[in-house]
Amino acid sequence: MKKELLYTIPSLYRDDFRIHGYRFGQGRKALCIVGSMRGNEYQQLYTCSRLVSILKGLEADGSLSSEDEILVIPALNPGSMNIEKRFWPKDNTDINRMFPGYRLGETTQRVAAGIFNQISVYENGIQFPSFYMPGNFSSHVRIMKTGYENVEKARAFGLPYIVLKVPKPYDTTTLNYNWQIWETDAFSLYGTVTDSIDEASAQELIQSVLRFLKAYGLLKREIPAGMDSIVFTDRDLITLRPKTSGIFRCLASAGARVQKGQLLAQILDACEGEIIEEIRSSDSGILFFTHNRPLVYANTAVFKLLSSSLAAAPI
Amino acid sequence: MTGIHGDELEGQLVCFYVAKKIRENPGKLLGTVDIYPATNPLGIDSVTRGIPGFDLDMNRIFPGEPDGTLTEYVATRIIQDLVGSDLCLDIHASNIYLTEVPQIRINELFRERLVPIAQEANVDFIWVHGANTVLESTLAHSLNSLDVPALVVEMGVGMRLTPAYARQLTDGIFHLMNRLHIWKDDVENPVKKPVFSQDPDEVCYLNAPVSGIFLKKRCHGEIVRKGDEIGSILNPYTGEVLQCVAAPESGWLFTIREYPVVEEGSLLARILIRKADEL
Ligand SMILES: [Zn+2]
Repeated sequence: MKKELLYTIPSLYRDDFRIHGYRFGQGRKALCIVGSMRGNEYQQLYTCSRLVSILKGLEADGSLSSEDEILVIPALNPGSMNIEKRFWPKDNTDINRMFPGYRLGETTQRVAAGIFNQISVYENGIQFPSFYMPGNFSSHVRIMKTGYENVEKARAFGLPYIVLKVPKPYDTTTLNYNWQIWETDAFSLYGTVTDSIDEASAQELIQSVLRFLKAYGLLKREIPAGMDSIVFTDRDLITLRPKTSGIFRCLASAGARVQKGQLLAQILDACEGEIIEEIRSSDSGILFFTHNRPLVYANTAVFKLLSSSLAAAPI
Repeated sequence: MTGIHGDELEGQLVCFYVAKKIRENPGKLLGTVDIYPATNPLGIDSVTRGIPGFDLDMNRIFPGEPDGTLTEYVATRIIQDLVGSDLCLDIHASNIYLTEVPQIRINELFRERLVPIAQEANVDFIWVHGANTVLESTLAHSLNSLDVPALVVEMGVGMRLTPAYARQLTDGIFHLMNRLHIWKDDVENPVKKPVFSQDPDEVCYLNAPVSGIFLKKRCHGEIVRKGDEIGSILNPYTGEVLQCVAAPESGWLFTIREYPVVEEGSLLARILIRKADEL
């Protein structure tokens, strides 16, 4: 493994901004893995850092292919993470809305361009992103439906779900979208949480990456088989929303199998503590996404449900 | 419309002047004028550019979704309320970093319809820019796609008021209202003839080559010659001038950096390239 400085910006008031990469093997540019891009993506950083440690061990005992190269970038935005800010410290821009970047543009456009230039040459790209809404997910692979998406390849992760996201205009500047346009097979891996650490979820994603490495000849070691992924588009999910605002008492967690009519959450009057609304499942299936904040506004998408007609896995 | 970005306040004064003039001259009003001073009220109320909470840019969620989140729902209802208007102005104030001359920015997709209207708006500059997928989720793009002519005004700087600009745009708005027969004024004041640009190669961007404190030497709206010093980037620790920032071309300085702290890449100025005899 070689630790390399991939991008730097000299700073006046604090240490220079630096993006480091960890390069395993050399030869065919097989895979690039990007961890956190935003300052609150702690779980993504954790998952990626553990992966670096595991790959180091695998390389040391000769289990990694020597003709292939894997680049891991655990933190694309350490400057924001250090100050607990989601977006770029000085102008609040989001690096994941700047791809493919512009070398002569503003700071985050330059960061995106400087990194993209180095990572767009890989055959495969894996990213650990977070959702734009606060909440917990069921583990899945998410792929932008650009027309270049490679769903069959995504099955190699062995995660329970593969979600095809129909891009909205603002998605066209994300890393996943641009990787695809530049002919990298791109996969976004979502675990349960973002701004806290969930060991089990990190392990699940690390295993899924190792399975992918194995499937594509990058790893010479047996990995326990994964699941047969269920594929659907984000539009197939059923959204449940409260009619009222208040305290959100969540009674079910992401990944849970629920029955039609099951009580999933209560909304409490924020000052008087009475239950003012109950949210029940409109169908049987898997809770794919749950809101994770103590308060909720009326009409917020608090649950996304995968109907059992799509989630055909055994109970 | 204004206040979609909660830190852009120049439009507040425009709303005030427009409302005041209508209040004082009710007999001259021949149509319906809707004023939205705070499209993102929680943002303005909390000195937040985006929608407070999860920091979403409100100008990236249009046309919204009727069954969507609070913000997407609000976006849909705003669009519903605006559809059918003869004209909409979405007034922005740059951001806290840059000061802009009063200008209207037009997506080239809507150039034919919007440029003639923008010519009557009493602004200094009309800038037609290229189409961009990301901008499809703006308020103006959504309205223009729904056949409501919508002009995006950028003027002044974030978190501040520039009364002269507010008066200038207010005059432009009443001029347009007069033309649209929403307002009846027998005396029609002439409007400014704006500088016009639709060639992307005419606009030159100056970005900070180093991190430091930017001290501007020239003001927005000034004519600069190639080689003129626009400002400098300073190191307050050592007393060194890290970089003199010179105009790479002659032209019109229509944007200048206001916020002093810069880093490599920060936008410092925009110059509309013009030959000496064109200025
Ligand atoms: Zn704005």
